[in-house]
Amino acid sequence: MLQTATQNSDSTRAESSLDVELRKVFKVFNGETAVRGVEFDICRGEFFSILGPSGCGKTTTLRMIAGFETPSAGEVLIRGESMNHVPPYQRPVNTVFQSYALFNHLRVWDNVAFGLRIKRLGRAEVQARVDEALALVKMEAFASRYPSQMSGGQRQRVALARALVNRPAVVLLDEPLGALDLKLRKQMQVELSNLHQDLGLTFVMVTHDQEEALSLSDRIAVMKDGRIEQIDSPDRIYEQPSTPFVADFIGDTNLFEGHLEAIDPTSVLVRTASGVKIVIALPDSFQAEVGDKVVVSVRPEKIDLSLYRPEDAVDCYEGRLEHSMYLGTHMHYTLKLLSGEYLTVRQPNTWANLPDRHTPVYASWMAKDGVVLKA
Amino acid sequence: MSVSTKHQPPSNNFGPQGDSGNPRFGSRWLGPLALLGPAGVWLIFLLVLPTLVIFEISLVPNIKPGGIVNPSGLDNYFLAFQGVYIMVVLRSLFLAIGSTLLCLLLGFPVAYWLAILAPQRWRNLMLMSFILPLWTSSLLRSYAWITILRPTGVLNSVLGFVGLPGLELLNRPPAVLIGMTYSFLPYMVLILYSSLEKLDRQLLEASADLGATPPETFWKVTVPQALPGIAAGSLLVFITSLGDFVDPELLGGASSGTAARLIYDRFLGQTQNWGFGAALSMLLIMAVSIAIALLLKYGDRDAQP
Repeated sequence: MLQTATQNSDSTRAESSLDVELRKVFKVFNGETAVRGVEFDICRGEFFSILGPSGCGKTTTLRMIAGFETPSAGEVLIRGESMNHVPPYQRPVNTVFQSYALFNHLRVWDNVAFGLRIKRLGRAEVQARVDEALALVKMEAFASRYPSQMSGGQRQRVALARALVNRPAVVLLDEPLGALDLKLRKQMQVELSNLHQDLGLTFVMVTHDQEEALSLSDRIAVMKDGRIEQIDSPDRIYEQPSTPFVADFIGDTNLFEGHLEAIDPTSVLVRTASGVKIVIALPDSFQAEVGDKVVVSVRPEKIDLSLYRPEDAVDCYEGRLEHSMYLGTHMHYTLKLLSGEYLTVRQPNTWANLPDRHTPVYASWMAKDGVVLKA
Repeated sequence: MSVSTKHQPPSNNFGPQGDSGNPRFGSRWLGPLALLGPAGVWLIFLLVLPTLVIFEISLVPNIKPGGIVNPSGLDNYFLAFQGVYIMVVLRSLFLAIGSTLLCLLLGFPVAYWLAILAPQRWRNLMLMSFILPLWTSSLLRSYAWITILRPTGVLNSVLGFVGLPGLELLNRPPAVLIGMTYSFLPYMVLILYSSLEKLDRQLLEASADLGATPPETFWKVTVPQALPGIAAGSLLVFITSLGDFVDPELLGGASSGTAARLIYDRFLGQTQNWGFGAALSMLLIMAVSIAIALLLKYGDRDAQP
């Protein structure tokens, strides 16, 4: 890590600033294709997440970077070098396993020292680096414990220290917080983010938790059925999903299927099967023609509710309140529009909470808050 | 056998109706009693009491069959520490340790292959075939080794055919080692297999991930993880070898006297001395008990604290 940091001058930046590159990677297990042509570049120092439902191939992708699986086709490069024929123990990566995979026959200190001793570093250096790594994850007091004597959160920290102590080029995290309870998970998310910023290492994380991916990552790759659906920054993934799947998988959304009825320089008009007309601001790079099948996505929190029809609202629809749910910080409403569609709406928990069921209400949103996607 | 009627637990010990009379007493004692009772009675009559009888006999000097039991001291025990007998005990230990090491050396690769490398659907079949020798009588197995190892046996025929000089193994300690190893290898493989099968594969990946080559992973992760199994298997083979009578008797000849043969001889052989035989038995039981106690106390502590 250190010697490559000095190489990282401006002239070679384009070449050397990539830590991980996947080139049309495929993986087939017993005739079943788990990964289909995945391609991405991960920059040095980036926090990159691979997000998707279970079985989408995200863990297999991570395991190919770690070297536990070899690609059936395509190429994995780390720091510009092909890794296809490099065994895991020669790769400059370290993994934090989902189940932590701590050695239960070794004390915490020896677990962390494992990688350094394999490299036959001097006694003093091992001592210094292990102590430093344990301090980094605030586990100094647990150095002489056995893994079985610790809680899940503590094991998780040790697993992190065991990976970080080797100063790898890339840290791979396989659902690192998946086994922790909600409160601990939130806390570890903050610490993970701090560690990433302080150490400047490249982190590649696999998760099925979209909130975790959104809050931690610089970029997110959303995977489905072995393919990448979209790679973007968290806000663009959320605000500008490129496929209906991404819109639906990340957060909650209202999806309307319909046809493109008109395109003008600033907006498009979509007509749903039930006849609702929705106006959406024209996206930056939108390529579709009148008559194409499209899907409109509107986030629940972008929708306003009122008891009276708001003036000059373009997208405004009358409906009946079907259900309201109290969520602490938010209220969650379900509306049935006059056209028959259901709409979910999320509003901050304020004094303006709406009255009971079957009240006629108006739902409205701004043209820029909807996203139109090719079906 | 006269004790057999006692093995049957009273039928009202089972089921909820047995608890109905006095719920507090029932819930606390009837369950353990019903579960432990039958085997407990068995152990008391066939292990604890006979051992006490042997201990009593061991305190009688020069007792022969039909003699009057009249405990009078530890003379038999002092007798056991004479040079001749210490040689026999040392030989027994050497054979037991040797066959344990051989079983470990031969058994570990097999168990490792079965538990980690073998294809899933073949495992049970392969495991079965390794345990197959246990289905034949140990006496038959030893006789089979005689036909292989004797001077004009199968082994020397093959060696002669290849052009190598013949080996004189039968009626000497090597034959006993071979016989014991062959007899007890299946136990070692079984125990090591069940230990290695539980090995978390992710630990092997974690080790590789941290830079360990496959041999380093083997010595630093696989073996330490299998240590409880190695200890259990070794102890079992060691104890069974130490008490083995058939292999030394049939394959060892006159030069391979072991503690077990010595004891047999004092009870049923030509130089009958029940007191001394009983004392030797007690010493053997104590040595093995101490070994087990030490193993339980220290052996497994680090792996599962």
